[in-house]
Amino acid sequence: MTHITVKVDGTTYEDDVEPRLLLVHYLRDRLGLTGTPIGCDTSNCGACTVELDGASAKSCSVLAVQADGCEVTTVQGLAKDGEWTRLQRAFHERHALQCGYCTPGMLMAARDLLRENPHPGAEEVRHALEGNLCRCTGYQNIVHAVLAAAGQQVAEEATA
Amino acid sequence: MTGQAVEPEIGRARLRKEDARLITGQTNWTDNIQVAGLLHLAILRSPMAHARVTRVDVSPALERPGVFAAFSGADLAEGLGSLPCAWPVTEDIVLPEHPPIAVDEVRYAGDPVAVVAARDRYAAADALEAIEVDYEPLPPVLDLEAALADGAPLVHADKGTNRCYTWPLATGESFEAVRERAEVTLRRRYHQQRLIPNAMEPRAVVVTPLAASGEYTVYSATQIPHILRIMLSAVTGVPEHKLRVIAPDVGGGFGSKLQVYGEEALALAVARRLGRPVKWTESRSEGYLATHHGRGMIQDVEIAATREGRLLGLKVDLTADMGAYLMLVTPGIPILGAFMYPAIYKMDSYAFTCTGVFTTRTPTDAYRGAGRPEATFAIERIMDDLAHELGLDPIELRRRNWIRHEEFPYTTIAGLTYDTGDYESATDKALALFGYDDLRAEQRGRAERGDTVRLGIGVSTFTEMCGLAPSRVLRDLRYGAGGWEAASIRMLPTGTVEVVTGTSPHGQGHVTCWSQIAADVLGVPFEDVEVVHGDTKAAPQGMDTYGSRSLTVGGEAVHRAAVKVVDKARKVAAHLLEASEQDLEFQAGVFSVRGSPEARKTIQEIALETFMAHNLPDGVEPTINAESLVDPENFSYPHGTHLCAVEVDTETGKTEIRKYVCVDDVGHVVNPMIVEGQVHGGLAQGIAQALYEEAVYDDEGNLVSGTMADYLVPSAADLPEFVTDRTETPAASNSMGVKGVGEAGTIASTPAVVNAVVDALRPLGVDDVRMPCAPHRVWQAVRAARSGRAAEPAGTGPAQSGQSGQAAQGGDIGQYGDTGSSGDTGSSGKEGPA
Repeated sequence: MTHITVKVDGTTYEDDVEPRLLLVHYLRDRLGLTGTPIGCDTSNCGACTVELDGASAKSCSVLAVQADGCEVTTVQGLAKDGEWTRLQRAFHERHALQCGYCTPGMLMAARDLLRENPHPGAEEVRHALEGNLCRCTGYQNIVHAVLAAAGQQVAEEATA
Repeated sequence: MTGQAVEPEIGRARLRKEDARLITGQTNWTDNIQVAGLLHLAILRSPMAHARVTRVDVSPALERPGVFAAFSGADLAEGLGSLPCAWPVTEDIVLPEHPPIAVDEVRYAGDPVAVVAARDRYAAADALEAIEVDYEPLPPVLDLEAALADGAPLVHADKGTNRCYTWPLATGESFEAVRERAEVTLRRRYHQQRLIPNAMEPRAVVVTPLAASGEYTVYSATQIPHILRIMLSAVTGVPEHKLRVIAPDVGGGFGSKLQVYGEEALALAVARRLGRPVKWTESRSEGYLATHHGRGMIQDVEIAATREGRLLGLKVDLTADMGAYLMLVTPGIPILGAFMYPAIYKMDSYAFTCTGVFTTRTPTDAYRGAGRPEATFAIERIMDDLAHELGLDPIELRRRNWIRHEEFPYTTIAGLTYDTGDYESATDKALALFGYDDLRAEQRGRAERGDTVRLGIGVSTFTEMCGLAPSRVLRDLRYGAGGWEAASIRMLPTGTVEVVTGTSPHGQGHVTCWSQIAADVLGVPFEDVEVVHGDTKAAPQGMDTYGSRSLTVGGEAVHRAAVKVVDKARKVAAHLLEASEQDLEFQAGVFSVRGSPEARKTIQEIALETFMAHNLPDGVEPTINAESLVDPENFSYPHGTHLCAVEVDTETGKTEIRKYVCVDDVGHVVNPMIVEGQVHGGLAQGIAQALYEEAVYDDEGNLVSGTMADYLVPSAADLPEFVTDRTETPAASNSMGVKGVGEAGTIASTPAVVNAVVDALRPLGVDDVRMPCAPHRVWQAVRAARSGRAAEPAGTGPAQSGQSGQAAQGGDIGQYGDTGSSGDTGSSGKEGPA
């Protein structure tokens, strides 16, 4: 067992963990922070993406012991005093989620993109989200939501 | 109460009620569930496609720390019945036993052989390594056609055959007769590769027992809590009334969670045995082996026509891969497509047979579209091939054969009666949005210049049958249940409303849409409606969600229940307002007396008065709640025109979608935003079949594409921006005029894309590229065409598959049939290619 200290969504936790424990299992099973889901076992799907010391990370590919001394933000730590972030609002307003399973990872990855590139084009958004899979939306509304959150003009849908 | 609704709700792009929890992580996925004393299950699976199991020793696993119990198949066999197949499509179908956990033989790589219960998921997984199993290998059965030959190794030796069933349908003139008088016939063999559904939430199940009273609650990532309850009772012997099944938040399904899985029965059996709550969650790679697959068919198609391009007849011979066992609706999937091969076209003859074949692979079953994408692919591919053969524009060939809008209702050669449709309008709109003529001109220019990047245009004018389904039709198809759906509406004393639905959403937005329907009819605010679903205790009646049925059957039930509420409330209102019912108007939630507008009662006031029950008319029960069970009289027939332009690099084989336009007609819409989202997602999955995805097995029956790193689920970077639009031809088969939309995009898009790829390469002599049209396949097709097919040795052609060992030498691993690309197509056309 290894002793770790991790700050998650503003709360500091101290725990003894097995060295092999994945960060995502630490979050879900030990801390009960089940907002971050698991979608694969090969780090392809990105559903478990969190922010680790300011950069996005797939929490299935990080050991809990590697997060010792770090600050983690999950989807559950985004809204402040019930106020959603621009990205969360845009995902809602642009119908960028259906089943919602990929949504926490998409939000965290998109947040990372907008921090590095506040005004991306549609192609840049598509490439930045390459590591996050969604099976419901066909991505179009996710791309539009990210662009809208970045203050870009997004064409209204062609739907009659 | 918060007032009355002022705007019509149906047709409004309401933002979803579901989103707030999902975007803040306040979710309730099955794997999230934690209860005191929970044990985690891990399942040991066969590493071999086919073997006798001669010994399973779980005792070393019990020595591992944290392990509570371990069981072999034999340990659990008593009291655990066969998993159900609810769709025995023929009287003489071969129905093998399907134990939830193998006892003496494994029949696909991934078949469960032992299960461990431990204090956490790591301990359970570790303990699997300690279990000892002896296997005696048996020959795998992988090639569908070889499996049917005399003397082939058998998947189920006791059955004496790998043929599961043969299901025929022949209507109109005999196909031989129309072939005789046809001026042109084309024969094609198309391959429907196996696909892995890939709902983003892996499957999971939690069972919490109340051991003393023999009651069990099963939480499962399922599309079908109601059906699951009945079937789990049958499999495990736990009486139905002692079982409660809950589908919590469910992260997508696409058919893969329309199933009664062995793991669900195992979890219940172990929880019962131990008297402890248990949880099982699959890893993605485990799911690739153990969650059912989709598609997996060889399609031999022959079409007969006049030289002017009038269709005379269609003949389809399907060979469908059942996999190792028949699961819930495995045999019925190709039969759902049987009626759709004639599609939107008029013809004189239709002949169809499907032969189901057992193989030593993961069982197949429903995957988005389920039989209909395959049918649409075959007919739309061969229509493009026929247009080429006749020198006609593919749109023009379709115009000459489709049912014209004034001909509806129209009974097709396959015996379905399409209620409404307007293929002309949808096509005209799509052509205009696409810029068809300009793209054709660019295509010609590139071909004339000998551009290495060619443009291709693919057409798909589809319809489908969905909204499953009229119960009497299901009876005639030998399906083991009805197709009705239930809804009830509870008018609460404080003026808010609960809608209880038998549908079980997993991303579709039922909570939002059912709220809109109820609010619209009742005249109450959208926000004042809540929807209860997915729990057999809270929503006890239902047939669940699949087959694009939820709106046309379940939404219709909500609508009818709401109308009943208004009718009941009218009686009470008339009494309270001292007027006759005939003199009452009901608008925007308010009953008023014609001619004296000040005499009014809101429906919420009526709900409260009914609850108080102090002043009700004589003989009226104190409730305005109502329920409705809807058994549809017909299927739903959405249709549309999809056009795809691709750029194909003939040097690298890379295909890029340049433009994708679709105009779908799903009748009236409840929520256009949600409808468009359904179309987007459907397109993505159909395009994924065309270009990216395939479950690949090696020649020993191992799943080679066994992880998400090996199976290409497309990302945002792999898909284009879609242009979507709609025409609105209301359905005649339900009161709202709505049609299903969940599967339409998937059904329509695959042939549009492949037609485009082939269209780009036809000038180079290519007439088919097998799915997925990955760069290596396209490149091989171009190379084979350039070097002349006759000179091409078997085993390297693009449509080559065969036994994988041979095909692998050509850089390609396939599964279905062993026919060269030139041998599998035939043409007796009296005109050469244009």
